[in-house]
Amino acid sequence: MKQLVIISGKGGTGKTIITGSIAVLAQNKVMADCDVDAANLHLLLHPDIQETHSFSGGKKAHIHESKCIRCGECLDICRFDAISEDDDGTVLIDPVSCEGCAVCHYICPSEAIDMKDSVSGEWYVSKTKYGPFIHARLGIGEENSGKLVAEVRKKAKDIAEEEHRDFVIIDGPPGIGCPVISSLSGTDLALVVTEPTLSGIHDMERVVQMAQHFRTQAACCINKYDINLQNTNKIEGWCAENSIPFLGKVPFDAQVTQSMVQGIPLPEYGINPASEAIQRIWEKLLKLLPRES
Amino acid sequence: MIISVASGKGGTGKTTVAVNLALSLNGHYPVQFLDCDVEEPNAHFFLKPHILESKPVFLPIPEIIDKKCTYCGKCAEVCAYNAIAVLKDSVLVFPELCHGCGGCSLLCPEQAIKEKGKRIGVIEFGKAKDIHFLHGKLDIGEAMSPPLIRAEKKRINRTRIVIIDAPPGTSCPVIEAVKGSDVSLLVTEPTPFGFNDLKLAVETLRELKIPFGVVINRSDIGDKEVQNYCSRENIPVLMTIPMDRNIAVAYSDGLTIVETQPSYIKEFLKLFKGAENLKK
Repeated sequence: MKQLVIISGKGGTGKTIITGSIAVLAQNKVMADCDVDAANLHLLLHPDIQETHSFSGGKKAHIHESKCIRCGECLDICRFDAISEDDDGTVLIDPVSCEGCAVCHYICPSEAIDMKDSVSGEWYVSKTKYGPFIHARLGIGEENSGKLVAEVRKKAKDIAEEEHRDFVIIDGPPGIGCPVISSLSGTDLALVVTEPTLSGIHDMERVVQMAQHFRTQAACCINKYDINLQNTNKIEGWCAENSIPFLGKVPFDAQVTQSMVQGIPLPEYGINPASEAIQRIWEKLLKLLPRES
Repeated sequence: MIISVASGKGGTGKTTVAVNLALSLNGHYPVQFLDCDVEEPNAHFFLKPHILESKPVFLPIPEIIDKKCTYCGKCAEVCAYNAIAVLKDSVLVFPELCHGCGGCSLLCPEQAIKEKGKRIGVIEFGKAKDIHFLHGKLDIGEAMSPPLIRAEKKRINRTRIVIIDAPPGTSCPVIEAVKGSDVSLLVTEPTPFGFNDLKLAVETLRELKIPFGVVINRSDIGDKEVQNYCSRENIPVLMTIPMDRNIAVAYSDGLTIVETQPSYIKEFLKLFKGAENLKK
């Protein structure tokens, strides 16, 4: 079983459109949406949710006003600026800023601060016409998206192993930080989807370096390549210089937006230049994913 | 006034709106610009600041003083992030899990833990025309962007109009970036993905009690769901920018809308007035 993650660095380059297309093109796989704080793949795959699990990423500090002696020790100690005092001296803890370190709880001389589990999301096991689909929803403004990603990844892998599936296909989040690292770690290949803009190029270089840092092979493709052919050439050149397999380029195509509005993965929306390009990228991906020994 | 520019979905045009707003205000108001998308900062491509200073940012992580340590295990017990493990005669620290809360060193009964700085990224200061420019860059391989964003925001100069370019999403880096803003602008596009993520961003800002308005970019693609939702929820749509291939092509080369189509300056000044009116 091989794990493929689709990432981009920059947001909005077309990760989910390409992942949704691979959901149609790949056989015998499990799909996973690891962009847990702004998930979109379900809008194309139309999951029928079979199981819902709650996720607790950590704890948050709660203060008992009646026990608080207003000594102010917690205010000085909190490094996340989560504790403040209002005009009449009442100590307040902002749950959004609290990172659950519990230092305030330990140092409070009057034991006025408790740590409570915070339910910070849900994850789902679903059926789709494209096979099993694991997805999640992180609570608003919550921490620990990386940990929720790890839960989604684990379940997807377990199902793939139990059902002898050939692939786990992971839609990753934008950026290079914690949830991206969690989406990428231990995968066999990272497909980086970029666009021919200065931002796209810069962010692609950073995300490819991040993949290399964690020793995952990266390959690249360009979406909306015809917006700027000069930049497209630069990207192809950069990939060649850095021995990053370049898998293809997808043209700008108004049909892509239309298929999204209809909620249909691109290859099922009809034959168009973009879906044909993605089909060719998938064929090259298949050659890159090392065969099981 | 602090205006943050956010969106749930990436690639909707946050940076475009933030830099064009800053350039339109420049000359009328003193402006400070903070690019808080420290994982993938891009605003410098458009503002082209002259960087004057660069400062590394460190996260305090524990360092065990072996000769004082009795391997009692207290530090591992109090660490909420499993960043320390205590074995029979050694202590393992996992810096990538550490949030830098300082709990272990504070609570060690033997005072056997001191803190050392681990570099997580850099903040760069500069000037773009009269705009005071600031951005953070997370080092490759580092997981935690909030401390870098926090360090960046310590430099906010409230005597200026502060424009914050936030990262995409709705989780901790976004919260860190938009927290404390007087007003937020949510940039979206009228597609199902844009709409889905806009609703999440709206919930986030409501939770944070930050007043906000919406900017609809590429307003004539997709469908009408975003418009309908905003009128239903009484969310002010402060600006719409139609799909324009010229804007996309200019963007790809690091050119702004107001440089290539100066008539837009008026529109961005109107956006600023709209944002000012939302301020509590």
